[in-house]
Amino acid sequence: MIEVKDLHKSFGQLKVLKGINCRIAPREVVCVIGPSGSGKSTFLRCINQLEEIDSGQIFIDGQELTNPKTDINLIRQQVGMVFQLFNLFPHKTTLQNITLAPTRIKGINKKAANDMAYELLRKVGLVDKANVYPAQLSGGQKQRVAIARALAMQPKAMLFDEPTSSLDPEMVGEVLAVMKDLALEGMTMVVVTHEMGFAREVGDRVMFMDEGLIIEEGLPDKIFDNPQNPRTKSFLSKVL
Amino acid sequence: MSVTALNIITNTGIIDYLTSIRGYVVLTSHLLYLLEGALLTLKITALSVFFGMILGLIFGLFKLSGSRILRFIAAIYIDFFRGTPLFVQILLMYFGVLPLIMDKPSPFEAAVITCSINSGAYIAEIVRAGIQAVDKGQMEAARSLGMNYPQAMWMVILPQAYKIVIPPLINEFIMLLKDTSLVSAIAAEELTQRGRLVYSTYYEAVWVWGGVAMIYLVMTKVLSILGEYTERRLATE
Ligand SMILES: Nc1ncnc2c1ncn2[C@@H]1O[C@H](COP(=O)(O)OP(=O)(O)O)[C@@H](O)[C@H]1O
Ligand SMILES: [Mg+2]
Repeated sequence: MIEVKDLHKSFGQLKVLKGINCRIAPREVVCVIGPSGSGKSTFLRCINQLEEIDSGQIFIDGQELTNPKTDINLIRQQVGMVFQLFNLFPHKTTLQNITLAPTRIKGINKKAANDMAYELLRKVGLVDKANVYPAQLSGGQKQRVAIARALAMQPKAMLFDEPTSSLDPEMVGEVLAVMKDLALEGMTMVVVTHEMGFAREVGDRVMFMDEGLIIEEGLPDKIFDNPQNPRTKSFLSKVL
Repeated sequence: MSVTALNIITNTGIIDYLTSIRGYVVLTSHLLYLLEGALLTLKITALSVFFGMILGLIFGLFKLSGSRILRFIAAIYIDFFRGTPLFVQILLMYFGVLPLIMDKPSPFEAAVITCSINSGAYIAEIVRAGIQAVDKGQMEAARSLGMNYPQAMWMVILPQAYKIVIPPLINEFIMLLKDTSLVSAIAAEELTQRGRLVYSTYYEAVWVWGGVAMIYLVMTKVLSILGEYTERRLATE
């Protein structure tokens, strides 16, 4: 589904990604953990080209992103992204946030888009907030709307960049529950997270990133209970 | 005429009195004439702000575009029209540039064209600042949904930028309204030019120029009250 080959990315002098290789299978849920500044967000943002890469190759569903002939906007429609700070459109209601891209980009008619949006809102438990503006939602509600908005484009994969890191503790659970449902439905997911419980329970695989490289990866239980690399060990001892 | 009436008229007190109200009479009897000038001032201003907004939007977007050429063009335009006096621009356009490209431009046409281009340069900077004030995450969220840059700009960024842009835009409107007085230099018969015509006939400086100033004040005051009203409405939206 997603394949990354020798991905390099720098910001000026700062080398942030130093050769990332990975394959993510359809329906797989991969959790990416690692210290702050290790390049996790940059990695995710490269996957849907929010950052231009320096070298390497990225394939989404067999299409090479880095090929200039590839229509990046079409690829982005197939890869949903959920941000740490939600990034809902403040001038649009919940419903409009969800239907904007499907109606205006994909040309789905309004009625069908609204039906789909209500379906998604049922899924994330926010039907009663359909006609409310983001400012009137709590953090957890905003993030659930953001997930629904991404799903409305019917993506083949979803990228989550610390989706619960800016939430009050009591709201983390509701967002993780939505993500877990999504995983159970078979969505391909890459989740950058500090929620080790979620990674262990829902993740098919955990990747530990440090200083721009994937240092260690494997089954969640293996990584958490029996890490091999000393840096993984030291990171886990700090967060667990 | 009766003897008594003649006595009253030749009475120096009355002459002093009539002399003292001469300015008032000049002003009130020309008030309509001046107000017509004020109407033209408003017309020039409104048209210039309208065209200026179009130019400002285009060049503001150029300033933020990925293309170095577009950014360069915008920078030259903005620098030139903000870095030289409007007065000189009016003279240059009316006597210099416009006669080359159009047949006998009227003072009104020259005024609107020059003020539009001038305010466009200021509005471009307002637009640029407004767009940059919108959270970067908005563009990323829009792009991540598959919108291309123009779609994201049009559907997501600009609808948020306009709220930020309205207050400085109204300010620009007010500045421009005052600055249109400069087009009297090319004899466009707006408020200042009409004031000049009345003054040069009667030489009642305090009354005529005072009256002209008051008319400007009323117009700018109305605009700023409208501005505050929209600002308050936007804030509660
Ligand atoms: N747009 C940017 N410009 C310059 N440096 C950046 C930019 N984005 C990220 N960085 C730097 O890249 C490094 C990795 O950042 P990031 O991918 O956000 O790490 P993580 O998500 O793992 O915390 C950090 O040192 C960060 O300061
Ligand atoms: Mg990050």
